[in-house]
Amino acid sequence: MECYLDNAATTRTAKEVADEVMKMMTIDFGNPSSLHTKGFEAEQYVKAARKTIADTLSVKDSEILFTSGGTESNNMALIGTALAKKRMGKHIITTSFEHASVTSPLLFLEENGYEISFCPVDAMGHVKEDKLLDMVRPDTILVSIMYVNNEVGAVQDIKRLSRLVKEKNPDITFHSDCIQSYGKYVIKPKEEGIDLLSVSGHKINGPKGTGFLYIKSGSKIKPIIYGGGQQKGMRSGTDNVPGIVGLAKAAQLVYENHSEKVAKMYEIKEHFAKRLTSEIEGASVNCVTQDIRECAPHVLSVSIEGVRAEVLLHSLEEKEVYVSSGSACSSNHPGTSGTLVAIGLDKKLLDSTVRFSFSFQTTMEEVDYAVEAVKEIVPKLRRHVRR
Amino acid sequence: MQYGAFLLTYAEIGLKGKNRGKFEESLRMQVEHRVRRCGEGFKVSREDGRILVLCPEEYDYDKVVTELARVFGVNGVMPVKLVPSTEYELIKSEVVNYVKEVYGDKPFTFKVFAKRADKSYPHPSPEICADSGELILKNFPNSSVDVHNPQEKIWVEVRKNTYIYSVVIPGIGGMPIGTAGKAMLLLSGGIDSPVAGYMIARRGVVIEAVYFHAPPYTSERAKQKVIDLAKEMAAFTGTIRLHIINFTDIELYIDENTPHDEITIIMRRLMMKIACRLAEREKCNGLITGESIGQVASQTIQSLYCTNEVCNGPVYMPVYRPVIAFDKQEIVDIAQRIGTYETSIEPYEDCCTIFVAKHPVTKPNLNIIKASEACLPDIEDKINEAIATEDIIVCKADVDENL
Repeated sequence: MECYLDNAATTRTAKEVADEVMKMMTIDFGNPSSLHTKGFEAEQYVKAARKTIADTLSVKDSEILFTSGGTESNNMALIGTALAKKRMGKHIITTSFEHASVTSPLLFLEENGYEISFCPVDAMGHVKEDKLLDMVRPDTILVSIMYVNNEVGAVQDIKRLSRLVKEKNPDITFHSDCIQSYGKYVIKPKEEGIDLLSVSGHKINGPKGTGFLYIKSGSKIKPIIYGGGQQKGMRSGTDNVPGIVGLAKAAQLVYENHSEKVAKMYEIKEHFAKRLTSEIEGASVNCVTQDIRECAPHVLSVSIEGVRAEVLLHSLEEKEVYVSSGSACSSNHPGTSGTLVAIGLDKKLLDSTVRFSFSFQTTMEEVDYAVEAVKEIVPKLRRHVRR
Repeated sequence: MQYGAFLLTYAEIGLKGKNRGKFEESLRMQVEHRVRRCGEGFKVSREDGRILVLCPEEYDYDKVVTELARVFGVNGVMPVKLVPSTEYELIKSEVVNYVKEVYGDKPFTFKVFAKRADKSYPHPSPEICADSGELILKNFPNSSVDVHNPQEKIWVEVRKNTYIYSVVIPGIGGMPIGTAGKAMLLLSGGIDSPVAGYMIARRGVVIEAVYFHAPPYTSERAKQKVIDLAKEMAAFTGTIRLHIINFTDIELYIDENTPHDEITIIMRRLMMKIACRLAEREKCNGLITGESIGQVASQTIQSLYCTNEVCNGPVYMPVYRPVIAFDKQEIVDIAQRIGTYETSIEPYEDCCTIFVAKHPVTKPNLNIIKASEACLPDIEDKINEAIATEDIIVCKADVDENL
């Protein structure tokens, strides 16, 4: 049985999405910047897509900027804001367990004269509020905190954090990397105090190479890509019409029957976590609070003593069970995961932690099959360890 | 200008005695094989002491030069103007045409060199030089003669045809592939083993390779990396047959039954043993490894002594270790030059490191190691099983690859 439990890495593109993309590539293929009808038609599609997406967040159409994905959205949010607000200050705050698409642009800014503070998180993956507030200064221009952590599924109380931060310095721009949370949560940036919000298409059954950045109107932000002046000059480059239309379709689909889907994922996650921890000695879950529904519905980080994550991953793949060690984007690089170090995971478990991640389509049969596979493999692997 | 032909020189083959013809023919065939990758219509022939490549009307100059310059055995690649005659007046006027096409009106200093294959040719070399030089001076007012340090050396070679050239691209040297038998390379995916294989191949040896794969401890990507390396090497060595041996079972068996600090050395002995068997079956006359003294625990003189012992019998194979006395940086330099470095440093674990002890023995004692191996009664069966289930992948150079 093929059992894809790596949905935090990417998801299967929905058939309806692929059909829309195909249509936009082969039939309504115009360039929205063209003056003729073919271009006008394409422009209407992009307009409609923008509206669909804006509606999912209850924001204005003009506040949605299409990008090439989560990484570009984060780069635009951070670098674009830093450039626009450099006269107001050069201090930026983030957390110690952000995705590389947030930390790397911030390190780039650090090389270019900005000062970055990394706020620690506790063992449950929650930002330490007192530390965060201590870091806020008059010259702090930007705070970036991810909504759901990609490796352990910890969820931040963004509404509270943004309020506390802005009480101390109302001029701060608040960015949240929502790449793992959009589609899993109904997010209302206006209510949660989010000024900039990054989303990626392929995490919600949309096409790869698509995404958007919500930019609250009036935010001080500069473009990072220059050229033909598309999207009101904020992001030049011919609109990726098939991608944009596909992204909107995926966004629409993901929020249909949303609460049932999420409830089902929690059910699966709870069942899976229970079975793993009770049936496999030395298996523990990370950042799962008393009430599992306080964590993200789709990510489960599991540490298994005496087993190397990468070897477990390859053993599982022989049984067509696909999981991740660390986060897929960083597992090509040797060295341990920043997230796991940040939550203070026992050193001997750093290399023994795998991530299972579910989708709306994951079934009980699949996760039961995966549990059986893990149960079969673990004792074998424990007989041979690096000493 | 579009050159109509290339003349290739070779160094060492020229020193051969009675076998010279065979070596020349091998080189001709290698060259013919390589230019075929650049398109149709090339004709490759021997032209005493040279290889002549006649080009079709249209071809990709850079690609042909790249291919020719990395044929083992080629010492120099000269793009030439071919004059299908030895008629003296015609030669002189073609020299002028050559200079016009290559240098136009640019100012340059030059000297003319001449060579005659047939010494009964009525005009001696100095006369050819003097007459051609005079004509160049007359036709190109921006040129001047400098016999000590000429910017351009213009060669006129009178053979069956006459060849005029002034550009010499250095070749890679060595001996043509196939003139020195066949050997089995232990290819790990690191930096050293591709370099070792390249160096031995450069002496004319056909390379086969063996890689030890240990799923799930090593990944598909690690295997793909070795296949990629073999393909990169194949741009020089010609097609490589890569034997992929599943080593997991053997590795786990060693891990369960022998002292932990000896695992690496025992594992390497068994890899060599399997390589010897494959080598014998494939009619190779030796093994090649990328070992270098002292680089890691398993490559101390004492460790090499222990691993080498398995190659004495029952299957006897000499082991060639061309980088044995090289410093790491020297090996890296070659890897970068031949283009395998970037692939070698991709970070996938190979099977030598998965169960490696924190403190492996660095001075193993052969008798102790043999005693430990006595705790592996089923090892012969496991070796036979591993060999019986091998995968063979034929690794060819990518046609479009350009260095």
